Amino acid sequence: MTAHFLPSLLQGAMPLQGVLGGMLIGLAAALMLLGAGRIAGVSGLAARALSLTRGDTPLPLAAAFVFGLPLGALLFQSGAGPIVARYPPTVWLLALGGLLVGFGTRLGSGCTSGHGVCGMARFSRRSLVATLTFIVAGAATVAATNAVGWGWR
Amino acid sequence: MKSLVGLVSGMLFGVGLALSGMTDPARVRGFLDFFGHWDPTLAFVMGGALAVMSVAWAIQRRIERPLADGRFHLPGTVLIDWRLVAGAALFGIGWGLAGLCPGPAIASLAINPGPAAIFVAAMVAGMGLFRLFDRFGAGQ
Repeated sequence: MTAHFLPSLLQGAMPLQGVLGGMLIGLAAALMLLGAGRIAGVSGLAARALSLTRGDTPLPLAAAFVFGLPLGALLFQSGAGPIVARYPPTVWLLALGGLLVGFGTRLGSGCTSGHGVCGMARFSRRSLVATLTFIVAGAATVAATNAVGWGWR
Repeated sequence: MKSLVGLVSGMLFGVGLALSGMTDPARVRGFLDFFGHWDPTLAFVMGGALAVMSVAWAIQRRIERPLADGRFHLPGTVLIDWRLVAGAALFGIGWGLAGLCPGPAIASLAINPGPAAIFVAAMVAGMGLFRLFDRFGAGQ
């Protein structure tokens, strides 16, 4: 309990790994932009890889990117050891969350990577509005679920 | 060549997500928990990614075409409409419920296949639903 009274903003956080991992994510997006001339937006590329959207991104390019994501995580785990991952306690939170994320990212044309990283770095007003909106909606959802006892961490 | 760029980009992205703790849904939820014990890690991830990516945009403005394509294929939409805001809001609600967004969810398919597969299957279903909605019910 005393932890709450300490200046404990960084307690439990991973600032160094966060910045380094973030820079790798930035490098990945930079490679996609300067190499293939496209936005590294995960939701858009995933939809494209599954032919769930039209658009001029070649299917093999989208599929290769989507395949690379788990490959990279696996590679990291094989070097660094098991990664801590704490999931929601019930399947319906995962399923409802996934459904909303899938529908919402298509309707809003992007997620944390496309709007949050690529668009924001380009000072796109659309991406700024989207990013603020999904952070506020996410924070409100966490606060609301905590308040009614459905919270988890 | 383009597909190789995609593969390497995806892999770097996956390593970055795993290294930064973003494949841990509870940590992501912690970032959104502004009224509880806030975990700022995601802000550091965003900061690192934005720093590198803003350099990439500066380079992009100075070159005529990407290395492996004849031209850039970039979104030029500037309209801020109900679709953008409602879509981002729905996405944010799902993100807050499960602590997962598309990148970490797909990256986790290899390291936590069980729960990640449930989320990704539901996400793909949501994308499919949107396709139907967009075709028949969007009121264009």
